[in-house]
Amino acid sequence: MNEFAAQHPILVVALPKIVVLLFVLLTALAYLTWFERKVVAHIQARWGPYRVGPHGLLQPLADGLKFLFKEDVTPAGADKFAYFLAPFLALSLAITSIAVIPFGPKEFTVFGQSTPLAITNLNIGLLILFAITSMGVYGVALAGWSSNSKYPLLGGLRSSAQMVSYELALTMSVVGVILMAGTFNLSEIVTAQQGFHWGFLPRWNLIGWPMPQVLGFFLFFTAAVAETNRAPFDLAEAESELVAGFHTEYSSFKFAMFFMAEYSSMITVSCLATILFFGGWLSPFPQTPLFAWTRYIPAAAFVLAGIALIVHGVRYLTMLGRVILPALGVGLCGLGFLCGLPGVVEFIQGPFWFLLKISIFLFIYVWVRGTLPRFRYDQLMAFGWKVLLPLSIVNVVITSLALVLTQR
Amino acid sequence: MTPQMAVFLVLAAVAVAGAISLILQRHPIHSALSLIVVMVALAALYLLQGAEFIAAVQIIVYGGAIMVLFVFVIMLLNAGEEERTNMSRLARFAGVPLGIVFLVEVAYWIGRATMHLNAAPAEAVSTRDLSLLLFREYVLPFELTSFLILIALLGALVLARREESE
Repeated sequence: MNEFAAQHPILVVALPKIVVLLFVLLTALAYLTWFERKVVAHIQARWGPYRVGPHGLLQPLADGLKFLFKEDVTPAGADKFAYFLAPFLALSLAITSIAVIPFGPKEFTVFGQSTPLAITNLNIGLLILFAITSMGVYGVALAGWSSNSKYPLLGGLRSSAQMVSYELALTMSVVGVILMAGTFNLSEIVTAQQGFHWGFLPRWNLIGWPMPQVLGFFLFFTAAVAETNRAPFDLAEAESELVAGFHTEYSSFKFAMFFMAEYSSMITVSCLATILFFGGWLSPFPQTPLFAWTRYIPAAAFVLAGIALIVHGVRYLTMLGRVILPALGVGLCGLGFLCGLPGVVEFIQGPFWFLLKISIFLFIYVWVRGTLPRFRYDQLMAFGWKVLLPLSIVNVVITSLALVLTQR
Repeated sequence: MTPQMAVFLVLAAVAVAGAISLILQRHPIHSALSLIVVMVALAALYLLQGAEFIAAVQIIVYGGAIMVLFVFVIMLLNAGEEERTNMSRLARFAGVPLGIVFLVEVAYWIGRATMHLNAAPAEAVSTRDLSLLLFREYVLPFELTSFLILIALLGALVLARREESE
């Protein structure tokens, strides 16, 4: 087997990694819709999905089936080719960008082949991400144009203008991080953030030396929310003005593809924010004997969540819930014990902290959507060009100045 | 045939097909899409030569920024399908032969110039080396180019601005 693996590394290592990541990503996308509906519902003092499965846990499955079985309508006079191309373009680009994200530090070994915890580790990982983002406009623009309908056209126009404008600020805002790390490689950007100020405060780029990238982070996240067309920057699909914007005329699974693309870009942006400003997979605790117990936080968190789920689940309203929820809880407890095993405990550190940070960002995404009102279009453009872009240039100048002054 | 050669042939075929489709398509948006295909195929060709940075910038600048503006303008003007006209007599009897002669000449000279070149080893050029070269050795041409672009930008602004006294 090892010889076979050495001869065909792509077949044995890369392909299974891609399949596993794709499966995990698509499941995460489905449950992100559930998460968003739940969080927004609770912000608005509602219950959110509750009927399909306990706490609406089977809702994503039901939605997926519904999308598959709906009639797929093509509007009259639509440009057929572009109309079909747009959702595929949007989804494939959004999913491709996850390929360069590193999920952990450890190289793990499959059949004698050592491989990083990412599909690929590129020297220009960050640039590739920006390249994919810059191509992402076409999905929205083509969808709006090809539908042969006035609201989608307006939505497509709006969003192309918006994405082109905010891409500048997005790219400029990370230049500070690139200057401090001296590389485009995402893994190296993370390893450059190792270490602690005064022994306990992590040296993440957000509070890094010599120039904390606080400004850079806020610019990045604002521009990124706009770039992914999410509220409060979702002018492209403003319901009150444009029905549903660029995807008004799309139905069935093509509509679902646009949604999956949007959620996938949310995940990518969260990964990127974590890697660039919050130390990626690095644990927030120093690896000293004093903090040795923090290695068992993942295990403890899973076990506690599992126990809470069991306690809550046995008193659930429906019979199904009384079976599913405790079963999930037992599963979580088992996962927790597995994470406590020696050997696994080291391996789980990176992915655990990384996924935790991503979930926090995803929550912020939904939180912002649930609380902030939408921008007016002229405000949006003025904000992008007159506030974000100049500030990001200021950030670049200050950071490079600080770097020059502290060198030698 | 090495795998690299095979990838090169596929990419080259895609690029040429995109370029031909760019001319033959009747709708401006389809032409723009074909041009994007050409740009991305070129970026992949750069990647094959080990020029990672250039490849990424090719996609960001040409595939992303410039072509988005093309598509945006076409959408904004809502340009319809082009009419195909018959060639004028001048184009038929002078243009086509001259074009073919020009094509053959260019192909001949490129072929001659690159005949004795060895196949360049595909070795990654680091972004660091590239920027050192750009900002130390060639800093004057670099600054002059940016100055030129700035002038073009200002010129476009002056031309596009409406007279206020009108």
